[in-house]
Amino acid sequence: MVKNIYCKKLGMTRYFLEEGKSFPVTILKVGPCVVIQKKTKERDGYEAIQVGFEPQKEQRINKPLQGHYKAAGDRFFKNLREIKVENADEFELGQEIKADIFSIGDMVHVTGLSKGRGFAGVMKRWNFSGGRKTHGSRAHRVPGSIGASATPGRVYKGRKMPGHMGNKQVTTKNLKILDVRPEMDIIALKGAVPGSRNSIIEISKIEVN
Amino acid sequence: MNIIENLEKEQMRLDIPDFKAGDTVKVHARIKEGDKERIQVFQGAVIRRRKGTTGATFTVRKISYGIGVERIFPLHSPSIDKIEIVSRGKVRQGRLYYLRKLRGKAARIKEKRM
Repeated sequence: MVKNIYCKKLGMTRYFLEEGKSFPVTILKVGPCVVIQKKTKERDGYEAIQVGFEPQKEQRINKPLQGHYKAAGDRFFKNLREIKVENADEFELGQEIKADIFSIGDMVHVTGLSKGRGFAGVMKRWNFSGGRKTHGSRAHRVPGSIGASATPGRVYKGRKMPGHMGNKQVTTKNLKILDVRPEMDIIALKGAVPGSRNSIIEISKIEVN
Repeated sequence: MNIIENLEKEQMRLDIPDFKAGDTVKVHARIKEGDKERIQVFQGAVIRRRKGTTGATFTVRKISYGIGVERIFPLHSPSIDKIEIVSRGKVRQGRLYYLRKLRGKAARIKEKRM
């Protein structure tokens, strides 16, 4: 059984569910992920399956990768990723992993690359309150003091400062699946997930007690 | 984007009558109290319609015991039982926020001649 799968974020909308309540939902295109290679404990030191995701034309793929894809079938993909499994021998090359591994009500963790914000100041990056806008203030969006003077005579490590924000891996935990459409390869999650539209997202099913 | 539009179409209601700002409507809203469900009618003038697919809303304003009350309904919400049109109003704006400042006779909306 696989617990993780790769998806593409399509965007957000709302669902009206019981009692007329409306929920924000994120629509994800799930796979279909096709098994390209099996990694086994004997040969690779760990058990995993390598999957291709999002079809691509053959001519767009370089020769070495073409050969790699052809070993598993005659389908070509934009992305290659690995999914950890307990026993890779359960799977066959060319096997499709689809949205039907999920069912409505499952809880998932979602990992993606957050939207890049560039070089961001402390107000945006760390939610500092900034200075006054008026009354003679000239410290509008600056961080203010970053430490004491001769003792310690340096700035402590980990001081929150301006810098590059976003474009890093973020995991949103405990999102509920509100809709599964295996025929369209689509699932709907309650709430937001990291990343921009069309970005690649990994979702993993979690056990709920 | 097309996929999302299709999913939204499934969520949208097709039984909503066509009405505009200025019309007087009766909104039959389902209200759940405990495990009993009843229908409450909210009658008033539509002062705005927000466009959209599933996110479309409309605002109904009425004067209740001398106090202006506005209620915003999601147009496609299943908690709306039905919408009845009482009368069509003749207005020049799409958003009738000026009604909030008016009282009594001045706050009437002229009826549209069909």
